[in-house]
Amino acid sequence: MALGLESNLGDTVITTNLDFVVNWGRQYSLWPFIYGTACCAIEFMSAAASQHDVSRFGAEVVRFSPRQADLLLVCGTITYKQAPVLKRIYEQMPDPKWVLAVGACASSGGIYNNYCTVQGIDTIIPVDIYVSGCPPRPETILDALIRLQDQIKGESVLKDRHKDFKGILD
Amino acid sequence: MNTTALEKIQAAFPDATCKIALDSVVLDVLPEDLEKTLSRLKKDEEFNCGLLVDVTAIDYLDYPQKPKTRFTVVYTLRNWEKALLVQVRTPVADPEVGVPTATHLWGAALWGEREVYDQYGIHFEGHPDLRRILNHWQFKGHPLRKDYPIEKRQICYETDSMEKEIRARLDKKGVDDETLNDINTEVMFLNLGPSHPATHGAIRILTALDGETIIANVNEIGYLHRGFEKNSEKMTYNQIIPMTDRLNYCSSMMNNIAYVKAIESWMGITITQRAQFMRVVLSEFYRVLDHLVCLSAAFVDIGGLTGYWYLYNEKEAAYDFISRLCGARLTSTFTRVGGMYRDFYDGWQKDLEFHIKSIEKGIDDALTLIATNRILHDRTQGVCVISGATALNYGVTGPCLRASGVPYDLRKDAPYYNYESFDFEVPVGSTGDVYDRFMIRFFEIKESIKIIRQAMKNIPGGPINIADNQVILPAKDDVYNNIEGLANHFKLVIEGVKTPPGEWYDAFEAANGELGFHFVSDGSGKPYKLKVRPPCFYTMGSFHKMVEGSMIADAVINLSCINIIGGELDR
Ligand code: SF4
Repeated sequence: MALGLESNLGDTVITTNLDFVVNWGRQYSLWPFIYGTACCAIEFMSAAASQHDVSRFGAEVVRFSPRQADLLLVCGTITYKQAPVLKRIYEQMPDPKWVLAVGACASSGGIYNNYCTVQGIDTIIPVDIYVSGCPPRPETILDALIRLQDQIKGESVLKDRHKDFKGILD
Repeated sequence: MNTTALEKIQAAFPDATCKIALDSVVLDVLPEDLEKTLSRLKKDEEFNCGLLVDVTAIDYLDYPQKPKTRFTVVYTLRNWEKALLVQVRTPVADPEVGVPTATHLWGAALWGEREVYDQYGIHFEGHPDLRRILNHWQFKGHPLRKDYPIEKRQICYETDSMEKEIRARLDKKGVDDETLNDINTEVMFLNLGPSHPATHGAIRILTALDGETIIANVNEIGYLHRGFEKNSEKMTYNQIIPMTDRLNYCSSMMNNIAYVKAIESWMGITITQRAQFMRVVLSEFYRVLDHLVCLSAAFVDIGGLTGYWYLYNEKEAAYDFISRLCGARLTSTFTRVGGMYRDFYDGWQKDLEFHIKSIEKGIDDALTLIATNRILHDRTQGVCVISGATALNYGVTGPCLRASGVPYDLRKDAPYYNYESFDFEVPVGSTGDVYDRFMIRFFEIKESIKIIRQAMKNIPGGPINIADNQVILPAKDDVYNNIEGLANHFKLVIEGVKTPPGEWYDAFEAANGELGFHFVSDGSGKPYKLKVRPPCFYTMGSFHKMVEGSMIADAVINLSCINIIGGELDR
């Protein structure tokens, strides 16, 4: 398929580094899996709807199978009863994968400091970005996405990011 | 109120001690009389309490005036036609032995009693399936007991397979092990959730299928059980308001209002006329929003994405409008015991009218798409039918009950905040299928908009808070400039609003049905016990009644049209 590009470039060779090309690709085609459990998920719905429109940032292809996703958005409170489920879903996602803890509950347990609420999902799975707010406004979720893209820019394909992670369920 | 009801009940049950608490007649019976009493209250034509509103228990371990036994079980019943609310209390001498079950009388007791067992460890003799419901199966102890430390966390390492339960259900349906093992029958087990796009949150639906037809279904909830009730025992009455936002987070303001209304009723506070009208306007507006979220999500599940945009965009715009009023899009925290946080801002009425108009346009557009749409009709009509009697028996309330033809609506049957003076209808369905549950929400939106317009026309001016410094915080001017004001402010914030000791139940017609709060107060500024009666808990309890016999795809749309909200379901 001709893109017209080759006529300009002729038989030039472009040199770049592998990380740059791969990260550029990964950055703008994040496929999110929404693990929505509570109030924060409603605000994610808003972030996905037309006014805020998450697709402007290349992350609109919401997948409902973890096997097809590389960005896990944990929107809402995680209880101990759900913890094994969350962990299983994370494990089902192929590498490379990233995790956003959306809202106070996912980040730290939020206002629920009690017998049944996990005090932050980073006790179960590794987290890349924490999003503040109870619930975060849709703009905050978009902002987190942009920050994640920045982070991906600096990563290396050769490094296994969370090799040593150990959570309470491991 | 209800002195005649009290006399009647006292005459019918001479051995019980009867008294009035708020709107309900409270009967104290001995455990051996419990079953007799409940069954008479249900079956006797004179009482006819067809609705088991809620079951809960009280642990009196730390209560100042301790009764002889530590635990008491409370059944709350209602005859909605006669606005009769009855609470039957019985002491539990030994939680291990417990009390006889009421599952043979009401289907609602199946889940209600399981919750009491889970939270308080009280056994129900004869309950067919007594196991945990909110906490996970590896949990030890019973969290709502007063001696269970709130921060004692217990890790769940594995999810429950639920194989035993689904097999028991199959057995009940006449599919025994022999049929299952027969090579010619193919029963397939299919699990939806806890994380599945169709569950809109975390619920687990386990089905046994014959082809695509569901022959047996059991459901698991509690994935979002985040300890609302235990947490609230540690907070002052006003501090709990933000937590109520997060019960049904699609209509947070309604929870705020229902919650403070329950406290105000017990304290004998009549809020100002303006505050009453504000609460009516806001509840109805939130009813509209709640229905919009439910309908738009249902549209997505049905494959009608256009309908989703028509409805969800209006809701989205309304969230920004609400944030202009209370500073947050979703979590409003807008009421206080004794009144409201703020008055409407200048220009509110104009904005409100604008949003109502666009919502009307949105639902009309959506209705045009579906009113004569053959695909939608075929997909929803006659699907997952539940009869009015079964729905009532399982404790279903709100739009789902009305879709089955039972016109029970607290705004009509036990009106508060001048609802009797508004002109509105209660839409009812005829079949109780998915179509009815779907359409009824459109009509309720229209009725709510009617109420909002009437209320905005007649809303009086005046203060929004009562003038009582035991309840409402003093003006900032007083706090900064005189010592009484400061002391007053300090006491109210630190100790909280004090309620008279006692126990009461108060209900409110929320978007999903009867939202009730059951309090026990020891006279301090914090509730000794607070139990929520969440409407969708009982609706979900009747889910298997709706889907067994239908197709698996129907179960998905049925779930979206009953509007299960995790925060309220699991608390
Ligand atoms: S952070 Fe707040 S809004 Fe989000 S799930 Fe927790 S309680 Fe709900």
